[in-house]
Amino acid sequence: MITAASIFFAVLFSSFMISFQKGVWDRMIENFLSSYFGYIQVQGKSYWEEQSLDYAFTPDEQLKALPKELKGIEGMIPRLESFAMASYENMISGTMVVGIEPKEESKFSGLEKKLVKGQYLQPGDQGLLMAEGLASYLGIDVADTLVLIGQGYHGTNAAGKYPVIGILSFPSPDLNKKMIYITLNEAQTFYGAEQLLTSMVIQLRNNDDFRLIKKQLETKLDTSRFEILQWDEMLPELVDAKKSDSAGNYIFILVLYMIISFGIFGTIMMMTKEREFEFGILTGIGMSRKKLAIVTWLEIVFMGLIGAIAGIVGCIPLVYYFSKHPLNLADYMKEMGEIYAKWGFDPLLPTAFEPGIFLNQALIVFVLTTILAGYAVYKIFRIKPIEAMRK
Amino acid sequence: MTVIETKGITKVYNPKKVPVHALRGVDLTIRKGEFTAIVGPSGSGKTTLLNIIGGLDQASSGVVIVDGVDITRISDNKLIDFRKEKIGFVFQAYNLIPVLTAAENVEFIMLLQGISKDKRQKRVVELLKSVGIEDQADKRPSKLSGGQQQRVAVARALASKPSFVLADEPTANLDSKSTAQLLDIMAKLNQEEGMTFIFSTHDQRVIDRARRVVTLEDGMIISDVTR
Ligand SMILES: Nc1ncnc2c1ncn2[C@@H]1O[C@H](COP(=O)(O)OP(=O)(O)OP(=O)(O)O)[C@@H](O)[C@H]1O
Ligand SMILES: [Mg+2]
Repeated sequence: MITAASIFFAVLFSSFMISFQKGVWDRMIENFLSSYFGYIQVQGKSYWEEQSLDYAFTPDEQLKALPKELKGIEGMIPRLESFAMASYENMISGTMVVGIEPKEESKFSGLEKKLVKGQYLQPGDQGLLMAEGLASYLGIDVADTLVLIGQGYHGTNAAGKYPVIGILSFPSPDLNKKMIYITLNEAQTFYGAEQLLTSMVIQLRNNDDFRLIKKQLETKLDTSRFEILQWDEMLPELVDAKKSDSAGNYIFILVLYMIISFGIFGTIMMMTKEREFEFGILTGIGMSRKKLAIVTWLEIVFMGLIGAIAGIVGCIPLVYYFSKHPLNLADYMKEMGEIYAKWGFDPLLPTAFEPGIFLNQALIVFVLTTILAGYAVYKIFRIKPIEAMRK
Repeated sequence: MTVIETKGITKVYNPKKVPVHALRGVDLTIRKGEFTAIVGPSGSGKTTLLNIIGGLDQASSGVVIVDGVDITRISDNKLIDFRKEKIGFVFQAYNLIPVLTAAENVEFIMLLQGISKDKRQKRVVELLKSVGIEDQADKRPSKLSGGQQQRVAVARALASKPSFVLADEPTANLDSKSTAQLLDIMAKLNQEEGMTFIFSTHDQRVIDRARRVVTLEDGMIISDVTR
C-alpha cells in the first residue's frame, strides 16, 4: 500500500512538473507569436524565401471568404511589409515599414497598447508610428517629419514624407530598432503596390489547432499562388530556442526521475526489508525462489498499476486547476514579475492541461516501478532462510 | 528404516576471520518413527545440526543422507524442493506467515506441492483438529497465543506429509501448560501416525518425554541414550 501511495505521488509529481514546464513554454511562445507573427500566415508564393515585394499578392475572393468558411479562423490581419531607409536631419537608418489596418492589427497584437507617446494610427491617417529605439536613434519626436526611401514593387522608386504621430515601445530589442507602421493604403501607395499584400496573418480561435487549420487552408487556397506558413517554419530560431532549452530539460527530467526513482526504490527496499522474515520462512519451508520472486514482483507491479491509475485520476483536477488559475510569478518574486511585464509578457505560469502528459508520466513511472521491483527479486534470490528468520 | 544418516559432519563458521567450530564430526542415524531430543548446553551446536539436517545450512565437511539422497551435493533449487517434500519445520517461535490465517498457513505448503483444493481443505481441517485449534482456523498468528502458534506450526509441518519433523526448541517461548499440550500432540502424532520427530531443547520436562536423547557438547555427541 505504501508502494502504491509512493507511485501515486510520483505520477502526480512528475505529471505536474512536466505539465507546468510545457505550459510555461507554450505560453511564452504564444505570447511571442501573438505580438507579431501569429501561428499561421498566408503569403504570396516564394515571398518567404525572397523577402521581396515582387512576390506580393492580391487577395482573391477565396482568401477573403475564409473567416466565413472555416470556423477555426477568428480573423485575418493584412500586411504589406518591406524594407526602407528612414532619414531625419542627418541621421539615417534601415527600417521595416509595415502597412496595416490599424484596428485589426491592434485587435490581434495589441499594438495600440504599445503606444508610449502621441496618438495611435487611424484609418486614412497620413502619418506613421515608429519604434522607440528607432526614434531615439534618429533623434526624432512626435510631429517631426520622417523621410522614407525604398524600393517599390517591380523595382520602382518609393519615397515619401510622413509626420510621426505616435511612438511605440516593443519588448523585443530587434523590433524596437526597426519598426515603422503606416496604414495599409499609404504603404500600397508608397511602394507602388496597389491592392497588394505581402502577408495575411491568420488569427485563430484556438492556437492549438494551427496544424489542422493549416491543412484546411491548403485545401481551400490555390497553393500555386499562395504559401501557407506555420510559426515553426517562419521562426526556426524559436524552435531552436525551445530545443536548446530541452537540453536543460533533459537534466531537469533526469533529476526529476532520479528523485522519483529514489522514492519508489526506498519504499520497495523498505517493503523488502519488512518482509525478509516472511521470505525466509517461505523459502525455508520450501517455496522456490523463482515462484516467490514472481509473486512478489507481480504484487509490486499491481501496486504500481493502482498507484499509476490513481495518479492519473489525481492529476486531472490538480493540473486543470493550475491551467485555469496559473501561478502568478509576481506574487512570489516581484522583480521577476516586473521583468516579465517589461518584456510584454504576463508573469503567469500556467500548466498545460494535456491528458497525454499524465498518461505518459504514469507509464514512465510504472515502467520505472517494474524495473525497480527487480530489487525485491534480487533480494529473494539472495536470501538465506536461517539468517532472515533470525530477525 | 533409516531416514537420516550423517557421517562426520563438521561446521566451521567464519572460516576466514575468527573460525568457530560449531560441529566437530557428528555421526547420527535416525530411524523412522523415532522421537528424538537433541540436548546440550547453549552453543553446543544443536541449532547448527538441525539446520544442516534440514538442508537450511551447508556442512563444512561430511555427508548427510536423507531418504537415500546425499543432500550436501545438491543445488540450492533442489534443496528447496527437498525441504518442501521431505521435511516439516517447527522453528523456535514466530515462524508463521503474519498475513495468512492459521488455516492458510497450514494450507500454503500444500498449495506449493500442487495438491487440489478439495484435498487441501479437508486436510487443513483434519490437521487443525489433531492439534486442537480447529476453532481458531480463521485467526491471524498475531491473534493467537504462543502455544497456539506453535500448534499451528506443527500442523503446518505435518501438512506436506514429510519424512520427518525438525523442531528447534519448539517450547522455548511457551509456558509449562502449553509446553505439555504441544508435547502431548507431538507424542500422539508420533505414536498414532508414526511420524518421526527430532527436536532440540534445554527443557528437562521436554527431555523426559523423549524416547531417545542425543547429547551434544562442544560440537560432538557425548551420549546417545534410547529409553
Ligand atoms: N551464523 C553464525 N556465525 C558464527 N557463529 C555462529 C553462527 N551460528 C552459530 N554460531 C556459533 O556456533 C556455535 C554453535 O551454535 P548453535 O546455535 O548451533 O548452538 P545451540 O546449541 O543451538 O545453542 P543454543 O542452545 O543457545 O541455541 C556457537 O558457538 C555459536 O556462537
Ligand atoms: Mg539453538
